[in-house]
Amino acid sequence: MSETLKRPGARQTLNVVGTRPIRPDGADKVTGRAAFGADLSMSGQLVGRILRSPHPHARILSIDTSKAAALPGVKAVITGADFPDLGAEVLAGGEAVTNLADMAANVMARDKVLYDGHAVAAVAAISAEIAEEALRRIEVAYETLPHVIEVLEAMRPDAPVLHATLFTQGLEARPEQPSNISNRTRFMRGDFEAAYAAADVRMEGRYTTRAVHQGYIEPHACVAAWGSDGQCEVWGSSQGQFMVRTYCARVLGVPISNVHVTPAEIGGGFGGKTTVYLEPVALALSRASGHPVKMVMSRDEVFRATGPTSGGVIDVKLGASNDGKIVAARVEMMFQAGAFPGSPVAAAAMTCLACYEVDNFEIVGWDVVTNTPKVAAYRAPGAPLGAFGVESAVDELALTLGLDPLTLREINAVKDGSKAPYGPTYQNIAYVDTLAAIRDSEHYKAPLGPNQGRGVAAGFWFNHGGESSGAVHVADDGGIVVVSSNPDIGGSRAAMAMMAAETLGVPLERVRPVVGDTDSIGFAMVTGGSRTTFATGLAVVRAAEQVIEQLRQRAAMLWEVDADKVAWRAGEAVCTDPEKADLKPLSLATLAERASRTGGPISAQVSLNAQGASPGFGVHLCDLEVDPETGVARVIRYTAAQDVGRAIHPSYVEGQLQGGAVQGIGWALNEEYIFDAGGRMENAGFLDYRMPVASDLPMIDTILVETTPNPLHPFGVKGVGEVPIVPPLAAVANALRRAIGVRVPDLPLSPPRILAALEAKQA
Amino acid sequence: MSQLAFLAPLTPEDAAKALGAQGARALSGGTDLLVQLRAGRARPSVIVDLKRIAGAIGVREEGGGFVIGACTPGILLSEHAALSRAWPGVVEGASLIGSTQIQARATLAGNLCNASPAADSVPAMIAGRATCVIVGPGGRREAAVESIVLGPGRTSLAPGEFILEFRLPPRPKRAADAYLRLIPRTEMDIAVAGAAVNLTLDDAGTVTEAHVVIGAVAPTALWLREAGAALVGSRLEAPAVEAMQAVVRAACRPIDDKRGTVEYRTRIAGVLAQRAATIAYQRARGVI
Ligand SMILES: Cc1cc2nc3c(=O)[nH]c(=O)nc-3n(C[C@H](O)[C@H](O)[C@H](O)COP(=O)(O)OP(=O)(O)OC[C@H]3O[C@@H](n4cnc5c(N)ncnc54)[C@H](O)[C@@H]3O)c2cc1C
Repeated sequence: MSETLKRPGARQTLNVVGTRPIRPDGADKVTGRAAFGADLSMSGQLVGRILRSPHPHARILSIDTSKAAALPGVKAVITGADFPDLGAEVLAGGEAVTNLADMAANVMARDKVLYDGHAVAAVAAISAEIAEEALRRIEVAYETLPHVIEVLEAMRPDAPVLHATLFTQGLEARPEQPSNISNRTRFMRGDFEAAYAAADVRMEGRYTTRAVHQGYIEPHACVAAWGSDGQCEVWGSSQGQFMVRTYCARVLGVPISNVHVTPAEIGGGFGGKTTVYLEPVALALSRASGHPVKMVMSRDEVFRATGPTSGGVIDVKLGASNDGKIVAARVEMMFQAGAFPGSPVAAAAMTCLACYEVDNFEIVGWDVVTNTPKVAAYRAPGAPLGAFGVESAVDELALTLGLDPLTLREINAVKDGSKAPYGPTYQNIAYVDTLAAIRDSEHYKAPLGPNQGRGVAAGFWFNHGGESSGAVHVADDGGIVVVSSNPDIGGSRAAMAMMAAETLGVPLERVRPVVGDTDSIGFAMVTGGSRTTFATGLAVVRAAEQVIEQLRQRAAMLWEVDADKVAWRAGEAVCTDPEKADLKPLSLATLAERASRTGGPISAQVSLNAQGASPGFGVHLCDLEVDPETGVARVIRYTAAQDVGRAIHPSYVEGQLQGGAVQGIGWALNEEYIFDAGGRMENAGFLDYRMPVASDLPMIDTILVETTPNPLHPFGVKGVGEVPIVPPLAAVANALRRAIGVRVPDLPLSPPRILAALEAKQA
Repeated sequence: MSQLAFLAPLTPEDAAKALGAQGARALSGGTDLLVQLRAGRARPSVIVDLKRIAGAIGVREEGGGFVIGACTPGILLSEHAALSRAWPGVVEGASLIGSTQIQARATLAGNLCNASPAADSVPAMIAGRATCVIVGPGGRREAAVESIVLGPGRTSLAPGEFILEFRLPPRPKRAADAYLRLIPRTEMDIAVAGAAVNLTLDDAGTVTEAHVVIGAVAPTALWLREAGAALVGSRLEAPAVEAMQAVVRAACRPIDDKRGTVEYRTRIAGVLAQRAATIAYQRARGVI
């Protein structure tokens, strides 16, 4: 079931925006014609393969590649020594801030390996078999070191230290010793201690989550060629062709403009493809061999060596008055960053209380390196962990106070004018409407059966704007080509075409949207941060407006009137000069056909830094049924409501809500990185890394809350892709709490854990 | 570099000869073997595809029982109405393997000879007292299914030997079986524990013969004679079922791993055995 909630009396004057046309990339995807990262082959290409560390922590004493290089058919063998030494430099590439030297050391280890799966060498050969044989012939001498996986253990003073140069930042004084704690983040307001001590009711809890992977279907893949003139070509799937260009150029020490990146179709990213793993290696192998090199990861490599998100420990204290006003909150979070600093704990700190008006709070976040793969962005990075802790604690508070969980949230809800915990004052938010949407839903009123429980949770995400480009080109026959600067991972091509068609007043079928390569469209930040339909969409709309401007001028020229006497209505130039009332409107096709006589091609490109992104709020409702004899929990009904501003293509917005909910349910119930005592990942495959399968889930119902369009976007767009993964962890956990009567504070809520909780309760 | 030969013999004798070669491996559906090849865990030099041997694929009724070709894919078992009626537990065990795609390939012989402790079709076959016809360089022999698997990845088949077919005995009236497994998800997962129960009742509904087999809780599937004996003479009243469960839980020797803990697997085996017994009992009485 899908519903849309509009402001009563809101007028719908749009023709294309808000409809549900077939997606422009649909036929290619269902027929298999769409070319993903692994689908392009260049003539003369070699197969590249990576040798990975079997140790979670070790010093590399030596690497002998001579036997591999001597194998017939091997054309290149490289190690960390083949990459330039880079100083620490911070690159802003989208959601995550990346340290250049760390990224390079993650792409190929230098003196130390820091996790099981860390790349230590690579080969290019004429076949996969020869490449794999060559890997077996590379001799690496390691001095193994003690390792640490769990975040609390990594924080202990006696923990093995990953980086001798890492000194905790964000403390009052710089520590004397290096440690695994990279950073402390803090947000405060009022006086937490005093308010907590004075509160009528106090709650305290520790909640934990495990590292989980984005689980995109398409493994990382690329083909790359280093030309003899130093010009580099990369084809591959990522969340940003410009990100790949910058990172490859910087890791390899070449000018950015020498690298040309063509984005392939992308089979899922969820944030995990906002960095590079293979591309610089493929280029380095190509440089060494003189051939194009293709590299495709196996699923095992994807799990062991690409970004999961952090596992975390979240300590929450809440103080409230008897009537349900939260007066004090303290949230302290410890996150695994993986091998290099940069967990999303700061974003978790900024978002975890963002749904609540609280006068006294303290939020502390600790970023901690561990011998696990370096975390990468994962859909609303960090926010699901923070929300899991806070929304679980709020549910406990509701139980203690005997309040309906929606009522408790309504009492404390942020509204326009509320100050967000991280600083700004909210404007044009619809959190209260989103809570009401769930309260009014048929689902919320439906009765529950035995062994069933219903959980509620809320979530927040900032949504980004930022740098984007869009171009609109008019063809001779009046057809429109829209060039987007951003890879389409969630249906954004459809949204771009729809916004262009709406602006120009032409039928959608006349608009063909494409994603440009790095040489054919202006710069853009990655597709991430729920920014593309907002920011790139804004560039496309502005470009379409410039095209309209040009069309008006062309019509004015043909009519020999002033351009201000020409209006653009419903896809036609109309003369508004009363003295020329007999002039028939000029269609886009007519103007396009005559373009060469009126000044040449009609086209516009806009590059901008979009401001005015509006945050989003979601409220999720989950019904869970538990088998009390086995501890197996199944989600039997689920509704996601979200403040979406306005949905350009409602089906894709609903798809975002459903997809986020499903990933969150998997995170809550079964997904986790499991390491053996030796620090090696034990479940690096979809068989034992248990993502939900289709039969595990009910249809996810959605409610799009469109009561409050974003006034800073021409069509009211707010970002929608990340909010929906924020509430589900707690929605599921709260449903379980209400089904079985005890709180299980540790994810995943796997059958053994649930059964143990049930038995402990009976005992 | 290693070479891989592929043979598809047409007769059992040629197959036995081909399998006698150094480094030869039998292939039925390939849903285990090909995965192991790709992961580098199996490195055979010869693959011997058994599917072209006459009779290797298909189900036939013979002497009141059923003969199932070793290479028969799961989908043909569940589509076989008479087999599904007589041996619902055997068929549901086989049908649980993988997904629709896997069902088009996966076989009983492959499931058994892959020798995983968690193989889903094996407990019900043992509980059904199935046998297998084995062909090898020394000719044919017939052996009970429970004699094949020695431990994880190890079978009692001699070099050159392979399974040609399975035989399920004739079914008396008022007899039925059931198989249940526990997985955290609903499909595409490996059993954390499994239990098969095969019951024969008299006209009054009293159990006259019972076989209880548990899977995924020991190095091999376990045929627990005492568990079956606990049910004989009962109509599944609570004391009999509890006695059966006690035998099951005492027999569990599972490992702690990514798929489940020792305590959890032990508990669950008892729950599954009780539930499978109830289903088998209701089926035998014609209630479901
Ligand atoms: C996605 C997926 C899901 C799966 N899910 C399940 C599941 O839910 N439950 C489960 O139990 N298994 C599961 N499996 C494992 C596998 O599908 C089963 O074990 C299947 O029954 C194997 O049969 P096969 O014919 O494909 O075997 P093959 O791969 O052909 O062979 C397996 C082994 O048996 C040997 N062998 C094959 N035929 C013979 C013969 N006639 N005589 C002697 N030896 C022989 C082979 O040499 C090999 O060692 C799954 C596999 C995949 C890929």
